Amino acid sequence: MSEVLRCHPGIGPTTRGTALVAADDFSARYDLDRLKGVFSRPGHKLFGQFYHGRILVLNNAKGGVASAWMLREMAERGIVPAALLFNRVNPILAQGAAFAGIALLDRFEFDVTQRIPTGAELLVEPAEGRVTILAP
Amino acid sequence: MKLNDEEQAMLAGEMGETLRWAIDHQRQVGMFFDAPDMVPVTQAHIMADPESLGDAGTSFVEQLAKRADRVRVPTITDPRGVDFAKADRLGHTAVMQQLERRIIDGLERLGVLMTNTCINYQTILPPLRGEHIAMGDTGVAIYCNSVLGARTNFEGGPSALAAGLTGRTPRYGYHLDSGRRGTVRVALEVQPNGLAEWGALGGLVGRIAKSYWSVPVIEGLHDVPGSDALKHFGAAMASFGSVAMYHIPGVTAECRRIEEVFDGPPPEPVRIAASDLAGLFQSYAADGEKVDVVVFSAPQLSLYELAEVASLLDGKHVHPDTTLLVATSPENKSGADRMGLTTRIEASGAILLDGVCFYQSYARELAEANGWKRLMSNSAKLVNIISGYGYLPTLGSTESCVASAVAGRIVQ
Repeated sequence: MSEVLRCHPGIGPTTRGTALVAADDFSARYDLDRLKGVFSRPGHKLFGQFYHGRILVLNNAKGGVASAWMLREMAERGIVPAALLFNRVNPILAQGAAFAGIALLDRFEFDVTQRIPTGAELLVEPAEGRVTILAP
Repeated sequence: MKLNDEEQAMLAGEMGETLRWAIDHQRQVGMFFDAPDMVPVTQAHIMADPESLGDAGTSFVEQLAKRADRVRVPTITDPRGVDFAKADRLGHTAVMQQLERRIIDGLERLGVLMTNTCINYQTILPPLRGEHIAMGDTGVAIYCNSVLGARTNFEGGPSALAAGLTGRTPRYGYHLDSGRRGTVRVALEVQPNGLAEWGALGGLVGRIAKSYWSVPVIEGLHDVPGSDALKHFGAAMASFGSVAMYHIPGVTAECRRIEEVFDGPPPEPVRIAASDLAGLFQSYAADGEKVDVVVFSAPQLSLYELAEVASLLDGKHVHPDTTLLVATSPENKSGADRMGLTTRIEASGAILLDGVCFYQSYARELAEANGWKRLMSNSAKLVNIISGYGYLPTLGSTESCVASAVAGRIVQ
């Protein structure tokens, strides 16, 4: 039985994939080893986890402006999340997603990190502001 | 989102592919944040270091540069990733240097002024209250919004470049009166002393605010801080909390009294005590441990900071197993050369870097090339960022950073 989650309309293409979830914040520069494709910041709740091809479900965007360039660079090197779901992002991640062509959604009516479990199969539809949990 | 006739023509490709890309990118971002329209900007500031761009971003800039379009408003740059004069000594490879040269060449052909600084509000042209701008460095954005009363969102590299090309940016967030109202009240029970403590205090406020869309209002300061203090304060707040604006009654541009900046009665304050400040320092403490690299950077140093570092280093020598790096803007480097500060700093064995910032300079690769692990800095922003690059960071005062560089061990 699938479950449909609603949010503000987002950016990027319709995407399907597996969720990697944490009630933590995110910056591509602060938190990732982009060459190895892992979370590299020791204090991050996803430390050591591989992110390539996963739909990241996180709390807030944090930190600096580098993610705006980095998402496209990650996409062109082929080590990149499939999509990004947040409770709330800052402009940098929106700009980065638009530049890279990666799906991004935020502003759910609930804490999205508590609603989606790691490993859930998701269909992400930014234009509709819709995320479907196909299999939890 | 409403576009005027000129913007519609850009979007339709009638003014060329470069402007079509730029306005389409801005339109996507503006629609995401419910911007009603575009607002003209007077200047733009691009973060474009080679580690962030990689080959993908560099090739993109080169493609734009091949066309005839140039930026429409003064457009300047954040720190570079490579100081060519020091590259071999630090371990920047030929590939890194080549990528850096390609980016510089592309940006120059687009008409961008290579200021290479994150302290343009101190060294290039500070914006005025109410001026709409597109600033591409979080420390620059929070300083311009808060201290100067100018209006900008965080503009990542592609968006700042788009703003330079179109001369406008989507009107949302900190371009709107409604986005600049106070949301969190913070009461200080401690007075910061020195730049490291100002940065630490900014970090604590950032953790409290914890969102780009929060505007903390800080009360309880006994004295008016200087520009360098608020530089570290804001940069750390933006780094720890993604915060883009704060108010300090009687100090910052849009807040004479606390009642002015809240909609309704001010909320109950969150208090910051001396123990909170000490706790942040303690979380990075490593007394007595060997220190591999001491860094003054993030933000780049003002002339006053350079003069202080020079005075602390006079007659001393950096330990042979420790590297001391000092980063400043090209304008300040030129001044430091002329005023003898460079000679005094480098006589100690320290390295004065021109137009770069440490964490934007391939920090991970430099650690591997030089065997660096333990880093010390007076920048709360830098110690917050750098652990993701594999470093063990320690926060200390300017004096203790210099003392540690000389001793080769952490001295607090």
